[in-house]
Amino acid sequence: MHEFNEPFVTAWQLVAAADARLAGIVGLSLRVSLVATLIACIVGMPIGALLAVGRFPGRRVLIVLFNGLMGLPPVVVGLLVYLLLSRAGPLGQFGLLFSPSAMVIAQAVLVTPIVAALTRQVIADEWTEYREQLRSLGASRSRAAATLLWDGRFSLSTAALAGFGRAIAEVGAVMIVGGNIDGVTRVMTTTIALETSKGDLPLALALGFILIAVVLAINAVAYALRGWAERRWG
Amino acid sequence: MSAWLSVERLCLTEGSTRIIDGVSMSLGAQRTVVLGPNGAGKSTLLRLIHGLLRPSAGTLRWPQTLSQAMVFQRPVMLRTTALANVVYGLKLKGCAAQECERRARQALAHVGLEALAQRPARLLSGGEQQRVALARAWALEPQLLILDEPTASLDPASSREVERIINEIAANGTRILMTTHNLGQARRLAEEIVFIDRGRIAEQTPVAEFFKQPRTPAAQNFLQEEMP
Repeated sequence: MHEFNEPFVTAWQLVAAADARLAGIVGLSLRVSLVATLIACIVGMPIGALLAVGRFPGRRVLIVLFNGLMGLPPVVVGLLVYLLLSRAGPLGQFGLLFSPSAMVIAQAVLVTPIVAALTRQVIADEWTEYREQLRSLGASRSRAAATLLWDGRFSLSTAALAGFGRAIAEVGAVMIVGGNIDGVTRVMTTTIALETSKGDLPLALALGFILIAVVLAINAVAYALRGWAERRWG
Repeated sequence: MSAWLSVERLCLTEGSTRIIDGVSMSLGAQRTVVLGPNGAGKSTLLRLIHGLLRPSAGTLRWPQTLSQAMVFQRPVMLRTTALANVVYGLKLKGCAAQECERRARQALAHVGLEALAQRPARLLSGGEQQRVALARAWALEPQLLILDEPTASLDPASSREVERIINEIAANGTRILMTTHNLGQARRLAEEIVFIDRGRIAEQTPVAEFFKQPRTPAAQNFLQEEMP
């Protein structure tokens, strides 16, 4: 029993001491996933809104495509981004492979369809309610899409959150394009995978706790924000 | 009374149902109320005239183009202040920011809501929201205001207020075209009644005559059922 408990105790000590190595890994994880989510929102939300409001050929195909891409396997995304960024690849000249930038790109690619598909659902619901009023006022479809994005900003926090949850929790893509280099591209998930296979359970466990705490905390903040927004704006 | 709109053999079919079935009429009165039983096609007719729906057949002829605004049964408010909701409509018409705000405030004052200008629109009562919607339409200074059962979900006091506002908008020369289920309201607001039944015009009669002696059996039945 003592042996089973030991990793937990050590893990807690690492967290409590704010171990520098631990802090570095957590910091990089948050930076990479936050930037990737931000990019995914900037790209994915307008796409989602236009898919909801727009009328153009191929719209239905795109909706099915984005819904399907929500389940994109991270390792496949990692492999594709690896091929793009590798020295012989089309973007090889920038030398981004095995850098945090490469990890941001991979996670952004992974998360954009999630944000776009969830945004489309939110905006499509709003569109049924607002459609006649906005058309009566003379709003073009792109103007309507922009209006609904702003109007649905609090509901859309859920889409951003789902994207961030996916980004921070995935291993496959960052492992492939980041290379899990100690002190450079090592994030929480890749460290957990590595340390567990090496048998260093305390560090893996400590990171596991922090990962869960981060995800819970962000969800709690978002939940509180939505509650506030609903009381404030209805 | 010269017509401001001539409708010729207007049809709207959905699947095999004819929602609007060959409507021809000339609208010339300043205040017209469309009456008819549920499902007669009143709202659809207004939407065709406003351009929200495209007719399957027939034409709308406007002797001169009229700027339009429409107020719906359920007011649709953006998640922002009452004032910003009114400003939004003006901005879409390309009005400059400062001018927008001045006109929006003026419109809110007309509907008696200047004190609530900074309140979140969606948290206002149903009656207040409908008045914001009227202010939003009024601010655009339309030549034709279309209203689809604007008081259907309001209490009597709010309905009276909405009627007062409609009267004032009409007094500025705006043409009014509306539907209602409230016959008292139709009598108070209309100059002319258009009665439609199952997608067709049954009759088009001056208001006093319509309520005293409707010409068609359908309208007679309708009045008897609505006012026992």
